Amino acid sequence: MTVAPFGRRRAVLAAIRKVGSYHLLEVVDRHGPDPEPGQFYMLAATSGWGAGEDERPFLPRAFSAMGGRDGRLWFMLEDIGPGTHRLARLQKGEPLWVTGPLGHGFRIGTPPTPARRPILTGGGVGVPPLIFLSQALVEQGIAPTLQFGFRDTQHAAIAASFDTVQIATDDGSVGHHGLVTELLIRELDDDPHATVYACGPPGMLEAIRRICVEREVPAQLALESGMACGFGACFGCVVPLAAGGYARVCVDGPVLDATALDHVPAH
Amino acid sequence: MATTTDTPPPSIPTTFCGLDLAHPVVNGSGTFDAIAAQAVFGDSFLDQFPFAAFVSKTITLAVRDGNPPPRLWETPSGMINSIGLPNKGLAGYLEHDLPKLAALPVPLITNVMGSTAAELCELVAACDAQDAIRAIELNVSCPNVKTGLDIGADPVSLAEVLRAVRPQTTKPLIVKLTPNTADVALVAAAAEAEGADAVALVNTLRATAQAPGGDGRPWLGGVTGGMSGPAIRAVALAQVTAVAQRVAIPVIGMGGIQRGEHAAQFLRAGATLVAVGTESFRDPAAGTRIARELQRLLAQTA
Repeated sequence: MTVAPFGRRRAVLAAIRKVGSYHLLEVVDRHGPDPEPGQFYMLAATSGWGAGEDERPFLPRAFSAMGGRDGRLWFMLEDIGPGTHRLARLQKGEPLWVTGPLGHGFRIGTPPTPARRPILTGGGVGVPPLIFLSQALVEQGIAPTLQFGFRDTQHAAIAASFDTVQIATDDGSVGHHGLVTELLIRELDDDPHATVYACGPPGMLEAIRRICVEREVPAQLALESGMACGFGACFGCVVPLAAGGYARVCVDGPVLDATALDHVPAH
Repeated sequence: MATTTDTPPPSIPTTFCGLDLAHPVVNGSGTFDAIAAQAVFGDSFLDQFPFAAFVSKTITLAVRDGNPPPRLWETPSGMINSIGLPNKGLAGYLEHDLPKLAALPVPLITNVMGSTAAELCELVAACDAQDAIRAIELNVSCPNVKTGLDIGADPVSLAEVLRAVRPQTTKPLIVKLTPNTADVALVAAAAEAEGADAVALVNTLRATAQAPGGDGRPWLGGVTGGMSGPAIRAVALAQVTAVAQRVAIPVIGMGGIQRGEHAAQFLRAGATLVAVGTESFRDPAAGTRIARELQRLLAQTA
């Protein structure tokens, strides 16, 4: 786990562009260490944070890094609420608050070549940590299987630059007409000697968790949860554990083993 | 790391119940996990520790898992939490957490909650035996098992509990008052009369939120929660003012403090210390920032 400098710090938006339904943000963060795939940041605008719908947002918002190197960070978001709405309107050169990198990322195992082939399965706003992980694996000479599910063409546009990715869409406009979990089942039927790395909406993650636990395929799930702080202070972002009790997504995760979870909560 | 500044730490020497503190800014109980923060931020966190004293989250006799999620709801300029006081229980706290909290660079205040006087007596006596615990804070926002009312909502109930608990310790005893009562100053006066060394307020305001979708179901797993943040600051300031006018013992004032000017307002209202809670979620180093802003304000008005 990469340790973050204490406190929030000012970073600068280097670029923002829209790709289909999503916004891609490039952030210059000179004072932070490089994140690991699966780690996340708390982001907030330094001005106009609280002037939106219902006088929100108030709290910073958590985003997994889509990449990060040499003082540059990449994030992806969809403008769907007061927080993402404000962040999507950041201008090039505008400052923003960042705290991070936070949490435990994916474990890709040593030696560098994993004994089991990696399958990266996810969708929607869950693809950023998988894209980051995919790049890290490729740099280690490992070619992962990538499977992304999206609602439609507009959302799937983000995956256009990956020539090897398997796509599923709800409306069938791109790739497989159906769920990404159907693609996962197909892969596991072909060769179950795999490790699954997953991130996506709660319903998708819960389905992936069940599939992998049932088939005894190791799976690491990058979870999302509403959180106030991101560093273990608020105890708001918990998920239920198979052994009873709860884990905090921010400090115990966000990547947790599928077998550790009782289920992925709907919110 | 380059974010470490060469600015000296804030210095506003403050005495509270015999404790010498570097400045008057502490954390609200349950709003900061110093052990988790140390793991996340490493040594930079200890080097720039944001509070002049550290208040633990609430400890109960038995282990508590806390409430089922969802536990949070964002409001205009604030939030509702329905966390449910998860903690390792007294034995777990003493064995696992206390050694780490004792090593923090500031005095430790341990917050405890029980639903009967007997439970509170056991918790307080156990804390009294620990040298590392410099003061004890009672969370009285817990229903009395006999009346169903929060102990801290009812001056008679609180007085009865304090008569039993006060003799259990010679350490400073702070009563954390609930704002969910008809007359908080009356409750504070009862705490003072029964030997409390200080009072802290406000705890969160009871609140709820409905799930999106329009059928009226509650969003929070715990149904109701406590509201905090700048949205409640004006309410908190009124309660702190009323209490400080009523009692002679020191007051820890809190509720939506985000900047040095807000801290100054609570101090002007009669508080000896101020606590920061929700703002630390937005800015982990808020305690230090607020103390620094306060120091600058005090220097201007001196």
